[in-house]
Amino acid sequence: MDETWSVSELNRYVRQALEQDYRLQGVRVTGEISGFRVYPSGHWYFTLKDAGAQVNCVMWRGRAEAQRSRYLPREGEAVEAQGNITLYEVRGQYQLDVAWLQPLGEGELYREFLRLKGKLEAEGLFAPERKRPLPLQPRVIGLVTSPAGAALRDILNILRRRFPLAHVLLSPTPVQGDEAPPQIVAALAALARHQPDVIILARGGGALEDLWAFNDERVARAIAAARAPVISGIGHETDFTIADFVADVRAPTPSAAAELVTAISVEDLRADLDLLAARMAETLLETTQYKRLTLAELQAQLKGLSPQAQLRNARQRAEHLSARAATAMGHRLALERERWQGWVQALNEVSPLAVLERGYAIVNRPEGAIVRRAKDVKPGDPLRVRVSEGEFGVHVG
Amino acid sequence: MSPRSKSKTKTLAAADELSFEQAFEELEQIVRRLEAGQLSLDDSLALFERGQLLAARCGGLLETAELKIKKLIPNGLGDDFEDFEDTET
Repeated sequence: MDETWSVSELNRYVRQALEQDYRLQGVRVTGEISGFRVYPSGHWYFTLKDAGAQVNCVMWRGRAEAQRSRYLPREGEAVEAQGNITLYEVRGQYQLDVAWLQPLGEGELYREFLRLKGKLEAEGLFAPERKRPLPLQPRVIGLVTSPAGAALRDILNILRRRFPLAHVLLSPTPVQGDEAPPQIVAALAALARHQPDVIILARGGGALEDLWAFNDERVARAIAAARAPVISGIGHETDFTIADFVADVRAPTPSAAAELVTAISVEDLRADLDLLAARMAETLLETTQYKRLTLAELQAQLKGLSPQAQLRNARQRAEHLSARAATAMGHRLALERERWQGWVQALNEVSPLAVLERGYAIVNRPEGAIVRRAKDVKPGDPLRVRVSEGEFGVHVG
Repeated sequence: MSPRSKSKTKTLAAADELSFEQAFEELEQIVRRLEAGQLSLDDSLALFERGQLLAARCGGLLETAELKIKKLIPNGLGDDFEDFEDTET
């Protein structure tokens, strides 16, 4: 063959050769899912791999949508895929055009994940009683994440909005790759020297492999040893890492971690403040009203104790007593008068004057002596005769 | 109780120098004491005035608060900090 091909011609030929090989069409392949990504177009891209090799896979939107309802593949899971081998001419990469997927059971990475999880769980590192509550109003928020990541921006925006009273201490670290675990551990240790009130450990979403640093035993133990409560916000809501299990609180995303750390926002504080100010004003009002009332009472009592009042009281009592005395005297006088009248009557009844009324007379000498015997007088003596009504003089004949 | 409150009165910091947390906590205490009653009118008024200063301090801090961000540069000993400004605000 002395033909010379362009790259496009070559790739097209190889693609057709692959597509015409009946053994490469409808082929079944087993491997672990890795780098699983859903593109905005709806197509799925991922890699199938085993210990020694990998192959690019694509699942077009229509098939992906059908697949989603049967079984949604996850990172690290071992699957059986069926599809056609073809070539992506633009890149000269061959790929598996996947028709359907089914789980083959747990993948190798996932098995490792489960092994570590089981081990740490048995040690009690995930025990509920180990979980510490987050501070309600953290003064210093430690942040362990990549300084370049979107997670950091999201977190800072939320903290700025919800609780700008806080200080953020960023302890930067790579969050991906083989070097990440020891650096995350170092970042946590550096932070510990500055005694934050709470620590956010965060990483944005990515393939499960990208999150693998957070399934590292060293990282898990560093989280468990942290003196401040740790809140994890790693990947997406569906991602669970060992770090999430060890953390005092697991947030579904970095943003959610920032929200949970600021359970009380400045808006809440403003409302609390208004309430306190209102309570204070109300209490003072009540107090002054109460005091005013007490004052009035005391003044009234005090008035009762003044010398003038005492004098007035005494005068009143005296008047009262004298009135009582007067009444008593009146009664007494009336009584005496009655008795006196009684006596007058009695006197009248025994009075010689009463005898005179019956026609007797009393004869007196001029000097007053009563004449009782005839021999006591001699003719010519002047006498006074007293009768019932009046008297007159006579001479003894 | 009384010697403690006395020494407290002596060492009262100017409200303007308190952190939000300190001012808020003292304000809460004042409201509790006012609500408990058993204070002379003079004491009540003094507490109320102090409380108003504290409330103003807290309100001011809430208005002007700005998140402070420092990046830690570990050197193993005391560590260094630098101000961190993220690109998006």
